[in-house]
Amino acid sequence: MNRPDLTASIEGIGFWADGLPSWPAACAFAAAGALPESAPARPSPQLLAPNERRRAPDTVALALEVALAACTAAGRDPAALPSVFASTHGDLGITDYMCATLAGEPRAISPTRFHNSVHNAAAGYWTIGAGCHAPSTAISSFDASFAQGLLEALVQLATGAEAVLLAAYDGHATGPLAAVSSSSGLLGAALVLARAPRPGTPRLRATLVDAAAPPPRGPLAARLLGNAMAPMLPLFQALASGHDLVFLHAGPSRTLRVEIADA
Amino acid sequence: MPPLAIRAYTATTALGTGRDAQAAALRARRGGLRQNDFGAAAPDGRLDTWIGRVDGLETLPLPARWAQWECRNNRLAWLALQQDRILDAVAALRERHGAGRVAIVLGTSTSSIGATEEAYARLGGNGGGEAPDEKLFPVDLRRPCVHTPHSLGGFVQAATGLHGPCITVATACSSSAKVFAQAARLVHAGIVDAALVGGVDTLCGSVLYGFASLGLVSATPCRPFDVARDGLSLGEAGGFAVLERASPGNATPQLRGYGESSDAHHMSTPHPEGLGARIAMQQALQRADVAAGKVGYLNLHGTATPANDAIEARAVAALFPDTLHASSTKGWTGHTLGAAGIVESVFALIALEDGLLPGTLNSAAADPACGPQVRFDNAERPLRYAMNNSFGFGGNNCSLLFEAGA
Repeated sequence: MNRPDLTASIEGIGFWADGLPSWPAACAFAAAGALPESAPARPSPQLLAPNERRRAPDTVALALEVALAACTAAGRDPAALPSVFASTHGDLGITDYMCATLAGEPRAISPTRFHNSVHNAAAGYWTIGAGCHAPSTAISSFDASFAQGLLEALVQLATGAEAVLLAAYDGHATGPLAAVSSSSGLLGAALVLARAPRPGTPRLRATLVDAAAPPPRGPLAARLLGNAMAPMLPLFQALASGHDLVFLHAGPSRTLRVEIADA
Repeated sequence: MPPLAIRAYTATTALGTGRDAQAAALRARRGGLRQNDFGAAAPDGRLDTWIGRVDGLETLPLPARWAQWECRNNRLAWLALQQDRILDAVAALRERHGAGRVAIVLGTSTSSIGATEEAYARLGGNGGGEAPDEKLFPVDLRRPCVHTPHSLGGFVQAATGLHGPCITVATACSSSAKVFAQAARLVHAGIVDAALVGGVDTLCGSVLYGFASLGLVSATPCRPFDVARDGLSLGEAGGFAVLERASPGNATPQLRGYGESSDAHHMSTPHPEGLGARIAMQQALQRADVAAGKVGYLNLHGTATPANDAIEARAVAALFPDTLHASSTKGWTGHTLGAAGIVESVFALIALEDGLLPGTLNSAAADPACGPQVRFDNAERPLRYAMNNSFGFGGNNCSLLFEAGA
């Protein structure tokens, strides 16, 4: 039972970052440094009704955008997938709002912003928007949040799920909190992972090992290192540039070693 | 699913410190709620509500070696960890399997946001020789590890020296029920052999004023399932359980099943037919291969909000026979949010081990919408299976099924 392998097919990928508003855009940048001529300042997740799309917190818009893109790429119905949402900090902008309001006029707290302050806000809006009754979770493991989210998704496959959605994201810190919990810009990515191999999709094999992961390198990391979800970038850099081995920070002196085999 | 043995378990709530304090208060029907006396009063006074506060945390700083983790939430985590031989059980697991083969999976809703709130209340007020700057945290609170949800998991990892996967689950009020499910998956997939699970949430401005802004907080001690219930009482708590792959003839209680679901309905209102709740309970029973009629006690989510209780009671009535003893214990502890899952799992384990089936405190006139399963009086009898429901914002539901030891 030591060091069991966890495997999955990557059926779909979603990606969104400032200036790189899709997975194809991220691939083009990772390979050749090409940036799209224009990019929206904020995702506009089609899963939400237009009024909700505008009102949703940045992190919710980001998570839903990449999650839907991954499902679309995989040809999977969002309503059918269990989901894992991983975020280091949740929505730092809402934390700043809550703490500033509590320090000044606590009875003025907005009920909507309060229920949007829960770490599982994106998971909640996702399941509501998708009409999904499958299990959904929301986790943090500080700078190991992506690796632990990926591990949980793979473990769900190993214990019976046929396919699972993983979405990882962090947003922009604002106010006094930004000097302590730093994170800049919007960065999110999602994977639809499936147990069974599917022709034409990369296959991933992960093992948890005792080691420190090297810091993220490559064009994506160079551009997006200021965001708290940057520790996930080695996987997306590898997927974009066809590399077959990456190491993801999974906690103090722990690394998730991920091999990628092309279909 | 293969069962998991529960080697040790504990809870610390407004009822007191450790398992036996919980059992004694449940048996004596002695509640822990008090009139809100938490934190500094705002200029227009404190919120008019009742709270389940843990006494003495103000005088129990963390040991100096963990000073960077200092905050109310981690103090409560440390207090709870020291009860009921949890640390001994963790040490035994480390010995048996190795530190890297034991996971930490903990639930919370707001973690140590109380420390962030405090920093905002004292901005620039303690510059340590610097010129006052109203945009800067006071020096003593410039500790990134507490201003983030994983403060809880990170602290417990430091305090236990465990080296397996360490995750903080934050799905609001289902958080520390879902930790059992995630830990079970990690064991069943062979990633670890055992896990320390639990949850901690502490009172803070965010939840007191946040729930008040939604109109969900009562001005009286909460009355779950009472026809006149008008909202919840907030509480704080910490609890832990030590889980390990069960061996045949296991004498300790066991986790037998879990069910997780999503309402897909609304961020802060439950599904009108309790669909998600029903799916979670059904899946927990199916995973255990136990018939609903065999469950002897069900600890309900039972927050005492008008919507939750009516819907939950309907979902229970649709699944279980009239003979089930189901109750909400939130009249004793208040709603401990991200800690509710572990606290009420501990109450279910007390029911299994002591034959003590709590009723529902503070409630007098049952809502006619409730089925005969919802009980206000305590009962005492041996039982084999007990279940716990925990439902959270975002329509996030989890049910757990436990079995008494052989």
